[in-house]
Amino acid sequence: MKSLAELEAIRKNTLDQIKMRQSKDGIRVVVGMATCGIAAGARPVMNAFVEELGKRKLADVSVTMTGCIGVCRLEPIVEVFNADGSKVTYVKMDPDKAARVVAEHIVNGRVCQDLTIGAAEAADK
Amino acid sequence: MREIALHILDIMQNSTAAQANMIRVSITADPKADTLTITIEDNGCGMDSELLASVTDPFSTTRKTRRIGLGIPLMKASCERSGGSFEITSQKSIGTTVTAVYETDHIDRPVLGDLAGVITDMAASWPGVDIQLRLMYQAKQFEFSSGEAARMLGEVPLSEYSVVKWLREYINEGINEIFGGVLSEILG
Repeated sequence: MKSLAELEAIRKNTLDQIKMRQSKDGIRVVVGMATCGIAAGARPVMNAFVEELGKRKLADVSVTMTGCIGVCRLEPIVEVFNADGSKVTYVKMDPDKAARVVAEHIVNGRVCQDLTIGAAEAADK
Repeated sequence: MREIALHILDIMQNSTAAQANMIRVSITADPKADTLTITIEDNGCGMDSELLASVTDPFSTTRKTRRIGLGIPLMKASCERSGGSFEITSQKSIGTTVTAVYETDHIDRPVLGDLAGVITDMAASWPGVDIQLRLMYQAKQFEFSSGEAARMLGEVPLSEYSVVKWLREYINEGINEIFGGVLSEILG
């Protein structure tokens, strides 16, 4: 059985890495997690972001959840806040698309235009 | 929603909207009564009797963006179609408690689902909120508090990947320990 005391070891191991990171503001990934998002599959999307970022050791990217973003028909919705404060809104996400956003947007800085809310709205017209 | 964990997550979001800094999720399996009882208790702003009476109505919400709120009605419906019951009590400026009861072996009871992931992600997303989990079956008990974990971690945030991964495994072990062989979806 694991014990919470093991967190002490994790603390020691990660502390140095964290100190190095604090100087620069990282990218933030925010997943809409209200009733609409949860029902549409936001949990597997959030898991995919956490796993994919963990695999690539992109520890300065945070993944958190928020409430309803307001466009429930396009859930799961994910907002990516870049280090410069600009924001990209991805809609109708799934775990595969999450992996793509990590590889193309977060690692390589190329926004996945076809997954954005702008592309979805244009397609609806 | 296909998992009880997703309903729990949804209700916990209400607690954060109510400015709670403590949310306690308790899950108790009672083999004699064949019940699985989930309570979600918070110390948020609470509700007056008027709002409390209306929250199980889908056309009631505190949101300004839309006139519909489905989180509570969905969980209530899920309990009721599984031979259980659903209740909310609340006191203004003290907090709110949601009690959801399922018939454990009812064919329509949803699986517990990824409870460890839900608790861990809530803890990572709301570092200022003490997310507590208590699992009970007969004399066995498992307890977790994100506030306690945060104290052990010091400057290392709960959203750190190695922490998230470890907490998930830790809570999953607890779930297996308490509910393995008790809930049909969790092997003993």
